[in-house]
Order: sequence, then C-alpha cells, then structure tokens
Amino acid sequence: MANDTANQRLEVEHLQRQIQELTRQPPSDDGAKDLEALRRRLDGLRRESSPELTSWHRVQLSRHPRRPHVQDFIELVFSDFSPLHGDRRFADDPAMIGGMARFHGEPCVVLGTQKGRDTEQKLFRNFGMPKPEGYRKALRLMQLAQKFDRPIFIFIDTAGAYPGIGAEERGQAEAIAQNLREMALLTVPVLVTITGEGGSGGALGIGIGDRVYMLEHAYYSVISPEGCAAILWKDQSRVEEAANALKITSSHLRHLGIVDEVIPEPEGGAHNDPGQTAASVDRQLKEGLKALKSLSAEQLVLERSRRFRLLGEASRPSDPTPDSDSRP
Amino acid sequence: MAWFKKEKAPIVPTRDRTVRTEGLWQKCEECKQTLWKKDLEPTFHVCPQCDFHFRVSAGERLERFFDGGRYKEYDRDLVSDDPLQFVDKKAYRQRLRDMQAASGMKDALLAAEGKVGGKTVCVCAMEPSFISGSMGVVVGEKITRAIERCLEKKHPLIIISCSGGARMQEGALSLMQMAKITGALARMDRERLPYISVMTNPTTGGVTASYAMLGDLNIAEPGALIGFAGPRVIEQTIRQKLPPGFQRSEFLLQHGMLDAIVQRKDLKAYCVKALEFFGF
Repeated sequence: MANDTANQRLEVEHLQRQIQELTRQPPSDDGAKDLEALRRRLDGLRRESSPELTSWHRVQLSRHPRRPHVQDFIELVFSDFSPLHGDRRFADDPAMIGGMARFHGEPCVVLGTQKGRDTEQKLFRNFGMPKPEGYRKALRLMQLAQKFDRPIFIFIDTAGAYPGIGAEERGQAEAIAQNLREMALLTVPVLVTITGEGGSGGALGIGIGDRVYMLEHAYYSVISPEGCAAILWKDQSRVEEAANALKITSSHLRHLGIVDEVIPEPEGGAHNDPGQTAASVDRQLKEGLKALKSLSAEQLVLERSRRFRLLGEASRPSDPTPDSDSRP
Repeated sequence: MAWFKKEKAPIVPTRDRTVRTEGLWQKCEECKQTLWKKDLEPTFHVCPQCDFHFRVSAGERLERFFDGGRYKEYDRDLVSDDPLQFVDKKAYRQRLRDMQAASGMKDALLAAEGKVGGKTVCVCAMEPSFISGSMGVVVGEKITRAIERCLEKKHPLIIISCSGGARMQEGALSLMQMAKITGALARMDRERLPYISVMTNPTTGGVTASYAMLGDLNIAEPGALIGFAGPRVIEQTIRQKLPPGFQRSEFLLQHGMLDAIVQRKDLKAYCVKALEFFGF
C-alpha cells in the first residue's frame, strides 16, 4: 500500500516534468494534444492518490484558518507593493485590496479579496466579502492599469459578495455586472488565480481573465454547498452531497474548461508551506504572462471573449426542427 | 308484497350538474381579493383593485408584445445535456424532462424576433415557471445568440427578465453564462446598439448581477422584487427583519438603480418610444 503511494508520487513527479518540458517547446497541434493527454493522466492520478479527499474536504481546506490569504500571496509573489484605496464614489472597502506592485521587476496592478486572520481583522475585512464599493474600486484599479498599459493580477478568496442592506441599496448587482462587462474589454493581460474560496458572483465579479488559475484545493461554485443543501435538499446537513453534486473542485473545473491550470499545493494543503505554494503560483503566473505578452490589445480582448463564449454550449437533439414562425 | 310501487323510473341526471368554478377565480396575492379571471384578461394579469402584477408566462408576454402577436422563435430546440449529471432529491435530467413535458418548453427562455411598433426587434423573455426561471447553459446560449443576431442585423435588443438567478444544477457553468452574456453585451455596447432591460417579479441573483442591470435603459414593472441576494439570505446574514418595500422596484428607483417603473399595459408603448429616441 505504502509502496503504491510512493510509486504514484514518482509518476506524478515524472508527469509534471514532462508537462513542463512540453510547455517550454514552441506550440504545435501535436504538442497540444500530447499535453492535454498528459494533464488528464495527471489529474486522474492525483485523484487516485488522495481518494480520501472529498469535495467537502477540499472546501474545508480552502477555508482552513491558517490558509495563506491574498495579502500573503501579494507579499510572497510581488515586490514593492503600494496599496491604493477607495472607489472615488462612496468608500474604501477593506475586503478588497489592491495597488501598484512589481512582478519580477515589471510594474503591474495586483488586487483581490482579503479575509482577516483574527477576530478584529475579520470584522474589519468583513470576512472577505466585498460590498459594491469594493467591486468599483477593483474596476478603477483595473482601468488604471489599462491606461498605463500594465498587466493585472487578480487573486480571489471570498465566500461571496456581501448580502446586506447597504450593499443592496448601493447596487451590489449593478457593480458586479459593470465589472463583468468592462473586464471583457480590458486591453491588457488579466491573470486570475482562485486561491481559496471562489464564491459565486462575488468571485466572478473580479474573475474575467485571459487565464484563470486555481490552487489545487480551492473551490469555485455557483452557490456555497451549505446554501445548495438548504435549498435543494431542504437540509443543511447534506453539505457533502451538495459539494459533490456541484462539481466545484479544481480538477472538475479544469475538465469543464472553466479553469485553465490547476496549481499544485504542498502535501496536506497550502497552509503547510505557504512559501512553496507561492513559488508554484509565481511559476504559473510567469508562464501565463509570457504567453499573453505576445498578443496585441485587440487579440487579448478577442481571445478573452472567445474563452468565455465557449463555456457551456448547449446541445441540440439529433433531429432539430427548424426555427419556425411561431403562433399567429 | 309491497303496498306501494314506484311506477315512474327514477330520475337520472342526464349530465354532470356540478358548476365548474375551479380555474375561474384567482386570489390576488397582494390585496387577497378574489378576482374573476376574465377580469384579468383586459388588464393583462394585473389586479384591477390594487395594481398587483401577476406573473406571466414567456409565451403570453411575447404574444402581447409583438405587433399582431406574430414573431419568429429562435433556438427553440436547444436543450441542456446535464453537464454535471446532477442529482439531488431527484435527478436533474428527470426534473428537466418533467418540466419540459409540463411547459412545452425546452428551457426557461424564449428568444424571438418580430415587429414591435413596426420596428424589427429581438426580444428574449424568461419563463418563471421553468425551474424558477433559472439561468443555465441554455438560457445563456440563447441570449448570447440573440445578441449575436442583433450585432449581425443591427437590431435592438429587449430582455424581459424573470428569474431566481443562476441554475444550481448546472454548477459553475451557470455562473459562466453571466460572463458569456455580458461579454457579448460589451460588444453590443461598443457597436452602439440599444438594449432595454425589463425587470419583472422576481429578478435576483446572477441574472440581476449580469445582463439585467446593464441596459441602456433599466426599467421594471411595479412592485417587482429586484436584487442581488434574496431577502431570506440577507435576513439570515444580518439577523434582523427587512423593512417593508425593501428590494422592490420603487426602492430601486429611489436608490438610483432604475430609469423608470412602467405599468405592464404601457410597456410596449414605452419601449417603442425609447427605440425611436435611439434612432430606430
């Protein structure tokens, strides 16, 4: 049994090396096919080698109290970070942080949702749940980056947009909707990484990227497993079934094409070695940025909208009846 | 031997004499008045007593909206292939099949094109009875295709929303429809083609947080529930009762989120006037 696990780990490492080598080579159709096959094998192996990790376990890992937060990733991956504040309309939202920074020496904008570590910080950061001013601030920073032609790095770790009276009054839905539309038109590279919780519209509101990456044990879902269990099962205790049914883990989402790459975490989860996790994130972002830099502004916008256009193509029955003049 | 004999044959009722009242009356959800259904026809399902706007099916909406009730429907055979193979208390596949049999529709939206006040317009209408009018892959694809047709033919777009939000049974793919539709709307915006968003009761969740709030005009029917989070979720989060009228059309108008509240009977005339202003 122990031998099996060791063998599997060796094979995983071997596959990772092969994939890295392939990605370094100039892109070709054959290469892409091989790469896809290797990645699928890797995903499968990973799932086999940790069968005890259910979807619900991963959700719990993504909320682990010691899990590195967005601020930690900003400090570990970027240098020279200077935070910027406010949406210029209403307030500064401490649940959404962002500012100017350098990525391997290159100026960029980095932003994301921030949870707190202790009770005081948690309250201050509103448990990482942004209000409309947070989304508007994020968009302001993104447009700043666009104006000065700087790439944008976004980190997501939120249970969702804040459901409160003030947030509704100030147009939570409108703020998110605006972001979705305006992010589709950004003319600079946008790289999104989901590091912990990817809670529905609150995550998507800063989640329109040319590349969307995800840490291995992060989740990204249309509704929290708790919410889904309460609504569909009418029973909050059925969270495990709900988490399973929703297909919210990184490997499922990669398979669905919602996520481009899964960034591996150290054994036991990111909190066991934040440094190593950040190094993996850094590697992935570097590779992603390099590929995106070869695209023109127009190509970026075109490719980004195509990426999301292709998600979820509904199928037709085998003998479609033609579009018809309906009813008198 | 009996002393008396019944000579006449017993009276047998020739037909069912019960009076059918079921389906003839409807109780108003707001003022609790019992209304004769025939009275609701001229008002198009609006309570004559208190102005409550009842829910209307997508088909009826389109019929009332297009000139002479004539329109061409698009993508009517698009069906969900259950991408997650979702099973809760009931398999999603089965739930879909049951809904389709009951409603005669394949999913929660009708996409149509026709004349409105003599102008050719693409109109999408959501069906509230189909899994709460929720937005899954099919709704997303139909709206996106409608926008693409508008871009190609330079037509204006009107979406009449009525939805509980993204469809849970299609998971993150439902969420991605928000991105897909708004991406297409961004192109429409840049091409300076008009889009009127009409919100009806209810419009919440991922639908509000994507296309419903992005109209050149955002208008709503009176008294419609419109918001991001549902009232129950907010109450559970803040642990207090919400004030009356919270998240209703009038509340949104007051907070600057709507251009106007339009009575159902005036909706068509309002849209025609707006399209004229936009140069169509």
